[in-house]
Parts: sequence; C-alpha cells; structure tokens
Amino acid sequence: MKFKYEIEGGNFSKAGNASSAVKKMLKQLNVPPPIIKRLVVALYEGEVNVVAHAWNGCIQVDIEPHRIFVIIEDEGPGIPDIDQAMQEGYSTASQAVREMGFGAGMGLPNMKKNADELNITSEVGKGTKVEITTLLNE
Amino acid sequence: MKIENLVDVLDGNVVMGEEFLQKEVLFGFASDLMSDVLTLDTDKLVLVTGLNNLQTIRTAEMADIECIVFVRNKRVLPPMLEIASEHEMVLIECRFSMFGAIARLHDAGLKPVY
Repeated sequence: MKFKYEIEGGNFSKAGNASSAVKKMLKQLNVPPPIIKRLVVALYEGEVNVVAHAWNGCIQVDIEPHRIFVIIEDEGPGIPDIDQAMQEGYSTASQAVREMGFGAGMGLPNMKKNADELNITSEVGKGTKVEITTLLNE
Repeated sequence: MKIENLVDVLDGNVVMGEEFLQKEVLFGFASDLMSDVLTLDTDKLVLVTGLNNLQTIRTAEMADIECIVFVRNKRVLPPMLEIASEHEMVLIECRFSMFGAIARLHDAGLKPVY
C-alpha cells in the first residue's frame, strides 16, 4: 500500500499535518503503537526539517508486510555536509524555527534513533531525500 | 498522581480536557525544546512547557503525551485547541514559572524521566 502527502515549505501552521495523517492511517491499519510512535517521531522531525529549510516536499509511505518504508523528499537548498548535519547540536535553523521549539540540532540524530535504517542523500541547490525503514516484525 | 491533583497543586486553569482529569500521570518533563521532548519514550507523562504554539500540540500528538502544562502565564491559543481536542489532551495553564511549577509537582510526587 502506498500513500503520498504534500509538505509546504515555510508554513509552520501546517507543519505536522502530514505526519499526523500518517499516524492516523497506521492506527487504522492496526500497526502496533510503539512502532507507530517511533516512525511518526522520525517522520515529524523530517517534516519540520522540510518546512524549516526547503521550498516544498512530500512524504511517501509504502507499507509492506514486514516493513514500512518512508521517503521524505524536498526541493530546497540541500545539505552540503551530511556527516556534520548528523551531529547533535549542529544546526543552521533560523530564529523563527527556534521559536517553534526546534532548530537545536537534534532532528537528524533523533530521526536516526527512531529508524531501523536511515539513509540521507542531498544535492546542494536542489534538495534532500531521506529514506526511513521501520521493521514490523522485531 | 491524578491530573486533577496536578491541577490543584499548580492552582491551574484547565483549558481543555475536563473530562480526563481522573487519568493518572507518573512522570514530568519540562522543556521548551520540542526535539528534546521527541527523544522520550515514556508513558503517563506530563509535558511542562512555556512554548505555546501549534508545534507543542503536534509534538505531544506524535509522542503520545496526553497532558500539557503551560507555565509563566502562557495562554493556550485557539488554533491549538482543535488538534488537542481531537487527541483528547488535557491542557492546563498555570501562573508559576517553570521552576516553580516543577518544584511543586516534584513535591507532590511526580517523577523525573531521568
């Protein structure tokens, strides 16, 4: 089963709408709550990153029998140094993002913690693609 | 502790969720940084924060947090109510500082997460 949700860059009033929709859908599909929580926390951090940094993006969720595979893809400035971005505390977020309770350099490490597999690719000036794999039969 | 007792201890104003005041909470976490809140994996948790915006509610939704205390006289804003209501959250406003609120909650038996 595949689902797709759009993310609007820069619009903090809608940040979380896509993750919320995914959460509802996973609940309806009776995915175990601890798995839902890990995935949506990673997803929400990713969605906030898209809203905070990119121009627009989307979340694609693919539910398979043994795993949930999510792609968060955006058109935006990209990440010049992914290793640096993965370090706790490293952030390029604006003051506006910090005022929303984010931008302390915790997002990507938090996503890694909550994913069974996390893969990030990025091209400066074009955008970023984050792939999250969550296993269903741990 | 029941949320009802927490409201008493904080002399709080229940903005939403009157019908859930009998629910139990065991742990408290105080932060204005939502990414820190998202690192937790604790049930029966109260979030104590001074951050009164939509992302506070979204964060609670993702982290399955059912009770939020807004300190420093921060007000719950109208856009926050709809999402909070959908997820059956209890939203409480309180006039104390974060330190003051936490001290009272700790004295009343609420535990830290770590």
